[in-house]
Amino acid sequence: MEYFVQQLINGLTLGSIYGLIAIGYTMVYGIIGMINFAHGDIYMIGAFLSVITFLVLGTIGFTFIPLALIIMLLISVVLTAAYGWTVERIAYRPLRGSFRLAPLISAIGMSIFLQNYVQLLQGARNKPLQPIISGGVVLMEKDGLTAYMSYLQMVIIVLTIVLMAAFSYLIAKTSLGRAQRACEQDRKMASLLGVNVDRTISLTFVIGAALAAVAGLMVTLYYGVIDFFIGFLAGIKAFTAAVLGGIGSITGAMLGGVLIGLIEAFWSAYFSVEYKDLAAFSVLVLVLIFRPTGLLGKPEIEKV
Amino acid sequence: MAVQTQTLPKPLDLAPVFKEAALAGLLTLALTVGLVGIRTIEAPGGLSFDTRFDDVAWAVVIVFLGRFALALTRAGRPLPALIGSAAVAAALTFLLLIGEGDPHGVLPFDDPIVSWIVVICAVGLAIRAAVVLGSVEAGSSKAADREQVMDRIAAQFQYATRWFGPLFAAFAIALPFLPFGDRQMVDLATLVLTYIMLGWGLNIVVGLAGLLDLGYVAFYAMGAYSYAMFATEFGFSFWLCLPIAGMLAASLGALLGFPVLRLRGDYLAIVTLGFGEMIRIILTNWWWFTGGPNGIGSIPRPTFFGLPFDRTPEEGAQAFHTFFGLEYESIHRVVFLYYLILVLALITNFFTLRVRRLPVGRAWEALREDEIACRALGINPTNTKLTAFAIGAMFAGFAGSFFATRQGFVSPESFTFIESAIILAIVVLGGMGSQVGVVLAALLLIGLPEFFRELETYRMLAFGAGMVLIMIWRPRGLLAHRDPTITLHHGAAAKAHR
Amino acid sequence: MSEAIAMLPTDARPLLIVEHLTMRFGGLVAIDDVSFAAGDGEITAIIGPNGAGKTTVFNCLTGFYKPTVGRLTLNRPDGQFLLEQMEGFRIPQLAGVARTFQNIRLFPGMSVLENLIVAQHNKLMRASGFTFAGLLGLPVYRNAERKAVELARYWLDRVNLIEQADWEAGNLPYGGQRRLEIARAMCTEPVLLCLDEPAAGLNPRESAELNELLLSIKAEQKIGLLLIEHDMSVVMGISDHIVVLDYGRKIADGTPEEIRNDPTVIRAYLGEEEEEALPPEVAQDLENLTKSD
Repeated sequence: MEYFVQQLINGLTLGSIYGLIAIGYTMVYGIIGMINFAHGDIYMIGAFLSVITFLVLGTIGFTFIPLALIIMLLISVVLTAAYGWTVERIAYRPLRGSFRLAPLISAIGMSIFLQNYVQLLQGARNKPLQPIISGGVVLMEKDGLTAYMSYLQMVIIVLTIVLMAAFSYLIAKTSLGRAQRACEQDRKMASLLGVNVDRTISLTFVIGAALAAVAGLMVTLYYGVIDFFIGFLAGIKAFTAAVLGGIGSITGAMLGGVLIGLIEAFWSAYFSVEYKDLAAFSVLVLVLIFRPTGLLGKPEIEKV
Repeated sequence: MAVQTQTLPKPLDLAPVFKEAALAGLLTLALTVGLVGIRTIEAPGGLSFDTRFDDVAWAVVIVFLGRFALALTRAGRPLPALIGSAAVAAALTFLLLIGEGDPHGVLPFDDPIVSWIVVICAVGLAIRAAVVLGSVEAGSSKAADREQVMDRIAAQFQYATRWFGPLFAAFAIALPFLPFGDRQMVDLATLVLTYIMLGWGLNIVVGLAGLLDLGYVAFYAMGAYSYAMFATEFGFSFWLCLPIAGMLAASLGALLGFPVLRLRGDYLAIVTLGFGEMIRIILTNWWWFTGGPNGIGSIPRPTFFGLPFDRTPEEGAQAFHTFFGLEYESIHRVVFLYYLILVLALITNFFTLRVRRLPVGRAWEALREDEIACRALGINPTNTKLTAFAIGAMFAGFAGSFFATRQGFVSPESFTFIESAIILAIVVLGGMGSQVGVVLAALLLIGLPEFFRELETYRMLAFGAGMVLIMIWRPRGLLAHRDPTITLHHGAAAKAHR
Repeated sequence: MSEAIAMLPTDARPLLIVEHLTMRFGGLVAIDDVSFAAGDGEITAIIGPNGAGKTTVFNCLTGFYKPTVGRLTLNRPDGQFLLEQMEGFRIPQLAGVARTFQNIRLFPGMSVLENLIVAQHNKLMRASGFTFAGLLGLPVYRNAERKAVELARYWLDRVNLIEQADWEAGNLPYGGQRRLEIARAMCTEPVLLCLDEPAAGLNPRESAELNELLLSIKAEQKIGLLLIEHDMSVVMGISDHIVVLDYGRKIADGTPEEIRNDPTVIRAYLGEEEEEALPPEVAQDLENLTKSD
């Protein structure tokens, strides 16, 4: 039981991170119908920027942890969002209306580019970071088995919930959200009605990148080690989450993220750690084969 | 002077030009300040860092100036942009050439290549400005025109392959005997040919059938591992293992393809990527069967139809050199391997050229063009795609066997996603469906970095950038051009595609 | 079945019998219990306002949708096919039902001739020994291909595209693309040809040529034609039998003469309050206005 609860907590934490990345995939897919393959690398950049910010803050003698975290978050989010914007502007916008696989190939190119860009600049080796938030509470204890929830896990889960709430408000209630939903339905019509489509799409990428940056920060704190290649696997898992939840659906992305996190945690705990990535890939393949619309997605009627 | 001001479209307002350039500079600052300006260093006591804000400053200045020139060109003043960027390019080239060996004398970048890239960008801006300048005077010039020019070049190139294709093949056959055909050269040519073969194999799937396969390397791995296992466990010869490996890879292709081939293009791409990674994870972890991360070693080297290329053959056996009465030279094996891959690659090519003119090849292309129309004509889409997928996998399997026998060792590391991406980049860059395009792209992407070792570091960076740029500039690939597989009016074909 | 046959207003042999066809998408009923028959060697037109479910009927017939309820029987002299039970691509392959699309679906990057050769895929596939004989270049395949080209040439001649045979299909002018699509469907050697708005976007001259083409196909090939059309001059000019749909229901069925005078049809097209029929040109304009896709 304790072991189970422990895995549940670990899975939820992991799932929150995947969910935040998955939102970026699902929003972009919803609005322009492309798989932003480079999104995982945007998340990786977010993680790197938070490490860098932390190092700089430490050097200039900034030791008040809560404020330092907020500054890390802000800087990482802003600079990563700049990457999100630039990637869209350079690699995807010129391809609207090109043949259907062109944006995906361009995105793969972008992903390779970003990975090697960071590798060249920051080196290929792991970047370890000492734990910033330590401590936690014991939730259950029995026969020497404990279910432990660290403060960091609490921060991650709470922050994710807050962000999700804010984000849902943004989509449902603000004019940006309306513009976004309009573009999702019919881009041409939206532009005829005065929605600035280019700007809306750009903002979608910016928001997606910002959420990915938050996930990057969380992962940096959670695992304490990053490298230039973390975006690949995390990207695929988050994409799996988006597909599992129903691509295009934001609630679905979050739900999918949590499910993937849980599957991974329980798979590693009860089955096999070596094959833990296999679990995510199997879910991806199975969902796409048997239910490509995901859990919350709407079925598509083939237009003839 | 008065005449000149009259020809200008409207008085130039510098403010928006400045604003545009300043925004670009600001964005560059945001992009570079973290990742370029501050470099993390793994120090003994944890992580420390090192600053390079001069690089950031230079990057901002360069982008500002570049954007300024571009904005000027757009605002209808190409002349100052042309002069400015040409001057910068010339000055930098001059400085770089005289300052060789001391790159820091010119721009602060560690590597002169970065400076050369700046030169190339400046030249690009100058050319663009010159084109705009030319078009102001001599009518308009549009992107569509450029596309047409490229189409014509590609068509002529395709036409010309009829003549230089055989010439090129003859050159490839003669290569080991040419003066510069030393061991290193033949080795490099073998490597390039391996990628050409993989490119041609993937071209069947991506170029002809239009199925984006991001897990092609899985079949390559399947071929390599089947070869390794059959050769080490059962002692089968290369010529027996080759078809087995091909068949197994094709079966894997059919097996994986069957459930997923009805998926839409981009989903299919991701699923194939998933399969590729799954195969790799299994190869890494199923250690008692695949040797795990260490892979399978001491794979028998190929023999010349039973004659080994050993200095001292086993008792009673003959080696290649003793049979033919030659002195033993280690290059014999290298040359043999080279011819082996040449033959395999040419078979792939001839197969593709032939199958394009058969119903199944035409059905592949038709599926790429419009699947729904195909169904309405009674073509079974799943089976047709499956054949493309399996045949592409088969050629990857052949190439995999070759890889295993050449290396004498296989491990999961050789079969990562990036390998799939490289093969895809070759197909995409060369021009989807274009056989000669694959050759060109493989020479460019595999051969060139080997010649310029200092480019090695930037190779993958250039891969990525190249894929993006090609998609923007010419989405169907550099030499994308399609000749009809059958014509009604002979000779009129060249005229037909305008 | 007898009920449907009784609805055939002419004395032709019923080739296609549609019984109680119903198609629902979620809660939306696109077609509601439609039954009709189409005669062999006749042109049957399905007409109706936009959204009446005409294309959905076609999609059910050609296997793109599986009908929720209903039986679709194709009576060939050599056997009977239940279309609703067949896999999509088998319908053209085995039953011999060919179709064209409302928004033309050619293989735009392939040549005009290749489009017609692809249409003969199944025949050629067998001749090429499922690729093996073809790879070896056996004469069986070469002869089959020659015959396929002859058939293609015949249809290119019929639709006036012989000069453009080696063009990329996507480079043909609009009218040419429409004609090529019909030629391509005919190259599958069908017994029933379904045409989804073949006259859409054609000018009057092209439209008249189309009429002649369809009439000659009917006369020479002795196959059944099923036609969705908005252009009343085409419909009235060439059809032997008209089925009128409105809101997914069949509201009338009969010869052109009967349909022209049917008050329900006039109401459906022009609304309740309109008493007298508009001249056909005006009706056409109205159609075009409402069709703005």
